[in-house]
Parts: sequence; C-alpha cells; structure tokens
Amino acid sequence: MTDTHNDKETAVDNGRRTFLGGAVGVSAAAVAPGLVLHELAQAAPRTEPVTDLHRWGLLIDTAKCADGCRACVEACEQENGLNLQTRPEGADPLKWEDQRAVWIRKVKVQDNISGHVTNLPLMCQHCANPPCVDVCPTGASFKRADGIVMVDRHTCIGCRYCMMACPYKARSFIHEKVAEKLTRAPRGKGCVESCNLCVHRLDEGDLSVACADACTEQGHGAILFGDLKDPNGPLRQALRAQPSRQVRENLGLNTGVRYAGL
Amino acid sequence: MARAMHHGGLVVFGLAGALWALAAQAEVVGGFVVEGSKAAGLENCVEPTEYMRRNHMELIRHQRDATVHDGIRSTKHSLAGCVSCHAGVDDRQQPIPINADGQFCEACHDYTAVTLNCFDCHATIPEGSDWNQATAAAHAHMGLTGLITEGTGSEGQSK
Repeated sequence: MTDTHNDKETAVDNGRRTFLGGAVGVSAAAVAPGLVLHELAQAAPRTEPVTDLHRWGLLIDTAKCADGCRACVEACEQENGLNLQTRPEGADPLKWEDQRAVWIRKVKVQDNISGHVTNLPLMCQHCANPPCVDVCPTGASFKRADGIVMVDRHTCIGCRYCMMACPYKARSFIHEKVAEKLTRAPRGKGCVESCNLCVHRLDEGDLSVACADACTEQGHGAILFGDLKDPNGPLRQALRAQPSRQVRENLGLNTGVRYAGL
Repeated sequence: MARAMHHGGLVVFGLAGALWALAAQAEVVGGFVVEGSKAAGLENCVEPTEYMRRNHMELIRHQRDATVHDGIRSTKHSLAGCVSCHAGVDDRQQPIPINADGQFCEACHDYTAVTLNCFDCHATIPEGSDWNQATAAAHAHMGLTGLITEGTGSEGQSK
C-alpha cells in the first residue's frame, strides 16, 4: 500500500524534475556569474537566510556500526558541550544518567528468532513532517528551511509536549542550571533541545557533522552526511546504491536520517 | 562675622561634597568599557556609542531570530560578538565572565536595575569555544578549505 503510493510520488516527481531541470539549464546560462558568487558565499558565514534548496540528512549503514563503539556519541558531546553538564549535588547518579541531555543514543536491536544483532545511533531524525513541531504551543519547535528541526530556546517554555510527541525519544530537557556552556551551543534550565545537525558548522560554510567525522576517523564510516536534494551528491548516490529505510516509516514522517541494513 | 564664616564654610563643604559625589557617580556610570578588553582599544562599538547605549537590546534581539531561524551568523550584532569584544581579563590574562560584578554587562544593568537573562543560557566568556572561520579552516572539508582560509584574514580584523 505504502510502496504503491511512493512509486506514484516518484513518477510525478520525475516528470516535474525533467521540466524543472530544463528550465534551470536555461536560466543557469543567463545568470552563471550569479550562481558562482552564490557558491562562493557558502564558504563564508552566512549572510542570506537559509533556503529550501538544500535538505540536510544522514545515511547510517548499520552493518558498519560497531558494537560498543561510542565515537559518534562522544564527538557529539564534545561538539555541543553536552560533556560540560554536571550532576547536581545530591542527585541520584542513576537518575542523573536518565535525565542528562543526550543528542545521540546508541541502540542495539536483536531479532529474537534469528538472534541477529543490529547496532545503530539514533538521534533526531529531522522529519519533513515533524510531530514535535505540530504539538509545540509556542512555535519554539520549528523546521528550518533547509530541513533541520530545531528548538528556538528563546520561545521554548519547557512544556515538553515535543518530547512526548517524538517517536524517536530524541529530545532532552535541561532540568537544572547549567554552569558552563560553549559559545556555539547555548544551554539553559527549562528548555528542550536535540540534535541540530551541527548547525553552527553548516552556517559557517563547513558542511560536516561531528558524529560522521568521528565515525570516519574510527575507520567505520557508518555515518554519511549530505544534501538530500542534491541528486548527484554523495548522500543521494549512496541512497541510490543500496536499500535504506526510515525508522518507523509507517508514520509517514519522511525522515532526513535514513538507515541501511535495518 | 564668625557666623558668616561658618556659613561660608558649610557652603564650601557642601559644594565639595556634591562635586565629590558627582565625580564618584561619573566614575561608576562612565566605566562602560572594561580595561583590557578588546573593546577598550577601539574607537567605538559596531554602531556609534550613543546608538548602542539605547538600542543594543533591539540589535541583539533582531540578530537572535536571524541566527536561529535563518542561520545568519555574522558577528556584527551578535551576543557572541558582545562577549568576545567586551569581556575583561584578569591578572593572568584569563577572561572574566562578562556578567560578573563590575564587568561590562553587569555594571550597567546593575546600575539601571535591569535584569538580564541572556547568560542563563549563553556563554559568558569567549575563550576557545566558538565555531568560527578559523576553526572551520583548520577543519578541511568538501574542498572548501581554500575559500575558508581566505575568510580567516578578514575574520581576524572584524570586531
């Protein structure tokens, strides 16, 4: 049922794409100098608002994700200052482990019949139709034009509806005052937060994410970051080359994070 | 006669007192820029000083929405820019939190009794924690290295 629907969508898209491709080709010839300038601007800190010309996403190959490896989690903690969180005095250590903010969780899934074990990192899936945004009463939970789902903590009132709505348990709440924080990753009591695809890097023109970098450094190469809208980019090429799935694809959220070998 | 002199003395004493109080006040109110901060060596802020005194909060609030929703991270009107330029340093050249007693933000906000809650979430010292053009350059990616290195030169000069 779902497959048929998807096929139909693809067919429609292809027709449209051919037409648009032709149109872009014609206009590219006319405004080529402008296009070049635009590409240059990408390398400097952004001065123009983000557009929907890109949609950032990840492909995670679970076959390459190693059991017991936490390189992506640790890199994320370093990058986003999560390692600076301290346990409040007198708090139960176990409770603290549950409550401290975490952006990536390593999940191990076992097929009970075959005994096959799959490891995967699970973070915000950056849905095209994010339930967290649907339920937010203040508009603090939002999807940026380039597909990154974020929390505007200036308007977040800490009601945690989004945490309830998220099927991936991707969001964390900051329960206590935070003493130390990084300039690139503000954090304060009473707000919800989650993976933002290292948005501070992207906005500086550095198209990379900490978790994928760390995974590559470890030699696993299980996480690939890229642009879902670039038909010839590395991410789309990898997606084309192998079957991949969305976690809970039955919810029809169209996630920006895809999993191979799941 | 003695009475007149006494009166005169009182007046002089009163005047001196008033002047002293004014001077003391001027010292406190006038100490806008903290010694040793980057800002102390500059002619004026990102906008004329008078404008900044009245409107810095509007600029920061505008920039905050531009940054969070549109990804515009130019440092001209950013809170990170305020902190990196205005944070003072102690004897060992370590940055002092900008909201500490007598520091740039706190001194004025304390005087005017305006509570600021920026620093409930935002970092109060600039040190080594920003992901800027310099870090991006050190972090070669996607063949952008050359372009990013070009950007580093101008980043070093911008305030």
